[in-house]
Amino acid sequence: MTTTTSPTETTSVVQPSVSLLERFRVPGAFLLGALLLLGVAPLVLSDFRLNLLAKYLCYAIVAVGVSLAWGRGGLMVLGQGVFFGLGGYAMAMHLKLADAADTGQRLPDFMQLYGTGDALPWWWSPFANPAFALAMTVLLPMAVAALLGFFVFRRRVKGAYFAILSQALAAALAIWLVGQQATTGGTNGLTDIQGFFGYDLNDPVNQRMVYLIIAAVLLLLMAAARQLFVSRYGELLIAVRDSEERVRFLGYNPANVKLVAYVVAAGMAGLAGALFVPAVGIISPALIGIVPSIGFVIGAAVGGRASLVGAVLGTIAVAWTQSTLSDAYPAAWTYLQGLLFVVAVGFLPGGLASLVTVLRKRRTPARTTGETA
Amino acid sequence: MTVILNQSFTGISIGAVLLLIALGLTLTFGQMGVINMAHGEFIMAGAYTTYVLQKSVSSAGVSLLVALPLAFLVAGAMGALLEWLLIRRLYTRPLDTLLVTWGVSLMLQQLARDIFGAPNVQTHAPDLLTGNISVAGVTLANNRLFILVLALLCVLALTLILRRTPLGRRVRAVVQNRDLAEVSGIATERVDRTTFFIGSGLAGVAGVALTLVGPIGPTMGTNYIVDAFLVVVVGGIAQLKGSVITAFALGVLQSVLEYSTTVSVAKVIVLVAIVAFLQWRPQGLYTLRTRSLA
Repeated sequence: MTTTTSPTETTSVVQPSVSLLERFRVPGAFLLGALLLLGVAPLVLSDFRLNLLAKYLCYAIVAVGVSLAWGRGGLMVLGQGVFFGLGGYAMAMHLKLADAADTGQRLPDFMQLYGTGDALPWWWSPFANPAFALAMTVLLPMAVAALLGFFVFRRRVKGAYFAILSQALAAALAIWLVGQQATTGGTNGLTDIQGFFGYDLNDPVNQRMVYLIIAAVLLLLMAAARQLFVSRYGELLIAVRDSEERVRFLGYNPANVKLVAYVVAAGMAGLAGALFVPAVGIISPALIGIVPSIGFVIGAAVGGRASLVGAVLGTIAVAWTQSTLSDAYPAAWTYLQGLLFVVAVGFLPGGLASLVTVLRKRRTPARTTGETA
Repeated sequence: MTVILNQSFTGISIGAVLLLIALGLTLTFGQMGVINMAHGEFIMAGAYTTYVLQKSVSSAGVSLLVALPLAFLVAGAMGALLEWLLIRRLYTRPLDTLLVTWGVSLMLQQLARDIFGAPNVQTHAPDLLTGNISVAGVTLANNRLFILVLALLCVLALTLILRRTPLGRRVRAVVQNRDLAEVSGIATERVDRTTFFIGSGLAGVAGVALTLVGPIGPTMGTNYIVDAFLVVVVGGIAQLKGSVITAFALGVLQSVLEYSTTVSVAKVIVLVAIVAFLQWRPQGLYTLRTRSLA
């Protein structure tokens, strides 16, 4: 990032005090965030509020990926619900099987209800193994993203086309899940999850543990994403966003650069979905279709898609506003949500985070961020 | 054999609905590059126009005939307003139009809920359109036939406007080279707004047609919008014939697959087929050749 340099400094030597501040700004902010999330929040929040926060943090984990793929890579990822759902279903399938085993049943409760016979569907069986299920929460979304991304980016299918295709994928998965009532729980989804790897989820202490896991994962992924942003790859990703042709002429394959961002973002969304299940106790097609998939990008758009912290804070703020407003005034929330899209994307494309840049720009001409393609 | 013909007709009638919805998008998305997610809500506006009209005009047949031009005007005016308020600021970043118009669509849906209530409403079809006719053992529903004819008439009218009128020439000039059109004395901003008016108006007409086959509700547009976008993506930009062929092809494919599998599996297969198709023709079936690198 551009640092402020006084006119007298023509060489690259920076004043020690400035460099000290700059050097510790990011780790300092990170430690402060970690302290707030892991230390302060569990102490001051009630069980109910902490559980809500856990849910928002799951959305924030998706936002880390959105910030990577959309903010840095210019890929409008409108199908994150697919990956969130795959991760969520993979986790929920294991937990349902574990719940059933605890009570001595061979099949999860909803399968007994819809009477599909005695046999577990073949594709459910491996999920009884916790290691396999955990791996699948991340690998399954990444595999789907890799498959779609490979075919789409290889043939240079353009921005808008990619957005519509990823949206269609979200619609198709949601419709497919609804259609398979007997094996996926249909519209209801997988509900009423009791345990989490041997811990009873009805116990508030265990809910706190789930919260702490989610917060830790979010912090870890944010740190990893930041390292990715400042790496050579991060620069390449921005270059692809701003001018794909130039990157191609320089000898890189933009398709691979985009594919990595898309697949990593998908993995993050899958992990978020997997953590969402123990926190909320349900995963259903209504949580992963077109509407929620577009919802996953609104927080990032409001907070600032190109700024990691902006995207995460924006997502938490929007989720919090939604749950406070939508219960009391559902109509007001819908209008506000619509307005947020229009104002944040139409008039403040950098989101709230860009206000900081705009203010800073008055002092020094900062470099302008490019347009998404 | 009869089964195949019946399924084909179902497919063609799905295709006709898709075509009617995709026609407006061919103009606004295909020609202008604007991803208008509120297109579905313009369809809804057309449908509610029919509903309101039927409250005051007792004869269903007359009300349907009046509804067609009226819905065109209502939806078209909404589209022109949207273009003037928001979209003209976003021509340089087409992807963002998707999110902005999605916001607009959320607000319009809520508006419809506040005005007409959340439950779906229904209109009466004219007597003439409620029956069936049988041709060689194939049962053709009259309302489906009407939609097919309406869709084809709209294609014809749009083709004539784009190919034969001064307005159409200006639209094509702006699409092919905006800067050159501008320096040639074409008021590109006005052309943009007119194009948007026509494209959105066609959504209104589609809305009238949809009242014949299903209920009218705040979320009725959302059900069709992604499918309609896929038609334009596969059909390719700037060519009406691409949309026509694709709409019918996807309709028949969907209907045949639904018959041999289930609705949900058919959707997934259609999507896979579309991605596979884009491997062969990434720019869609027909495309306008330009010298641009991207």
